[in-house]
Amino acid sequence: MLSQTLQYFFSGLTNGAIYALSALGFSLIYNASGVINFAQGEFIMLGGVCAVMLTAAGVPLPLAILIAVLVVSLVGLMLEKLAIEPAGDADVVSLIIITIGASIFLQGVAQVVFGPGQRALAPFTGDAPIMIFGASLLPQSMWMMGTGALIVLILAWFFGRTRLGKAMLATAHNRLAARLVGINTRHVLALSFVISAALGAVAGVVSAPITLTSYDVGIMVGLKGFVAATLGGLGSGLGAVVGGLILGLTEALAAGYISSAYKDAVPFVLIILILFFMPRGLFGARASERV
Amino acid sequence: MDRFRGLAVLALIIVVLPLALRNSYHYDVAIRIGMNATMVVGLNLLIGYAGQISLGHAGFFGLGAYASAILTSRYGWPPIAAMISGMAAVGVIAFVVARPILRLRGHYLAMATLGLGIIIYMVLVNESGWTGGNDGMNVKAFSIFGFSLANERAWYWVTGAVLLVAIVLARNIVDSPVGRALRAVHGSETAAQVAGIDTARYKVRVFVVSAVFASAVGSMMAHYVGFITPQVSSFFHSIELVTMVVVGGMASTYGAVLGAAILTMLPQLLSRFEGYEMIVFGLILMLTVIFLPRGLVPTIAARLRKSD
Repeated sequence: MLSQTLQYFFSGLTNGAIYALSALGFSLIYNASGVINFAQGEFIMLGGVCAVMLTAAGVPLPLAILIAVLVVSLVGLMLEKLAIEPAGDADVVSLIIITIGASIFLQGVAQVVFGPGQRALAPFTGDAPIMIFGASLLPQSMWMMGTGALIVLILAWFFGRTRLGKAMLATAHNRLAARLVGINTRHVLALSFVISAALGAVAGVVSAPITLTSYDVGIMVGLKGFVAATLGGLGSGLGAVVGGLILGLTEALAAGYISSAYKDAVPFVLIILILFFMPRGLFGARASERV
Repeated sequence: MDRFRGLAVLALIIVVLPLALRNSYHYDVAIRIGMNATMVVGLNLLIGYAGQISLGHAGFFGLGAYASAILTSRYGWPPIAAMISGMAAVGVIAFVVARPILRLRGHYLAMATLGLGIIIYMVLVNESGWTGGNDGMNVKAFSIFGFSLANERAWYWVTGAVLLVAIVLARNIVDSPVGRALRAVHGSETAAQVAGIDTARYKVRVFVVSAVFASAVGSMMAHYVGFITPQVSSFFHSIELVTMVVVGGMASTYGAVLGAAILTMLPQLLSRFEGYEMIVFGLILMLTVIFLPRGLVPTIAARLRKSD
């Protein structure tokens, strides 16, 4: 009984780490631009796909990971420069359609380059499970959780201690005021896409050995990341991490104890119920509309 | 006068078009355009006029389609009764969820409607005892009082008539006090409330109307195609519907028709780019919205007015 619950707990935290990274990507871009980037899941897909192709071509894993992250960051930068910036201040629906267009485009490119099938990346450090109180934990799961935790710490340092990070926070609070004190908000916007893309790529690479990867894995992970970001309150960094972990755990426990067929529906039921009672998520700011 | 001119032009197009339709494939595309247009005219009331996004309307389409499929094939209901029951059930479901969902704004609303659509999709996939799951299920031909809609020609005229009726209904809503209230909600919901408009009631009403439109078209499409899978209610289908509204032009009824026509034909035209369809489709989607953010019909209308 205990071992089984622990097992669900492990799998929940493993997936939760990926949802949290995806949610952080959503929140970063949302803060800098007010855009919900539906292509966030494609960053995750591209990270995994690039790493698989590079290692298959004989590139050593660490170098392959580095290249994958750089390539995807560049894709993020291009997305912002070529699609989001030219749109100016289009309304919410238009921006959503643009990022969905980008998402379909990136899937199309991946389908042509990578082919239609599913492939896995080799686990970083073997696949002999570690037994803890009768529950098994894959080394790759530990990589996923560890990487997630490390990135959260790096981001906390970046936003709390560096000038650039503080400039990004200032822009999120009030773009005009940020400009007045000399912050280049256009650079901040571009940087938010680059960081989000890099986060996605890392998430994609560390999860590729467990979840497998193909050109169409991005949609679900992306949508669940959006759920996690909304759950915590859009734009809240802490909310994104907590939201991601809650989502992963709820999903794993529901799959184990209620119904595995409806596993993928769990996040969406959860978010609708929460929004019914807390229309701005768990940590979302109360805002009043200016007329 | 203006409202009848547009309607008359569209009616004329529908009457004359068969001269250009050479084979049943052409008819098939025209019928799909008509059905999508009917649904998008309804969705445009919600998105274009009331300014409320829905990323889950394919869910209502799917419920309508499966209501027709299940009630006619498993219980032997007459198709028209199944279709009306489907519309009624979807109307009730939409009414129940509308109030809590439409309290949400912007991206939170997008999230909730997206979730609703995905939940419906997963129910259709998993309840395979009823729906046949991913294998899909067959749907009988549509028949009423002994007449059955067997060929494309018959479906063409029925679809055309339904589209015109849908447009008259939609225009009536737009030009009524309800329509003005909706536009006020779009402009600023708080300001509309201050002016004494019960914004929640109007938003709920238009949400229900657009959901019932989607359900009706779902039923028609199910009978017309004769086979449905849960894909009819997928996230991607919801996106396609929203894209039709945006590409044609928000808050433009005829823009919705044009958007439906373009996005229905696009995949047919793209089939020659074998393997590259997604790339081209994604590119077209991005470019249209970036360069024509107000959509085709309002942009063209503005140009014409300027050159006058």
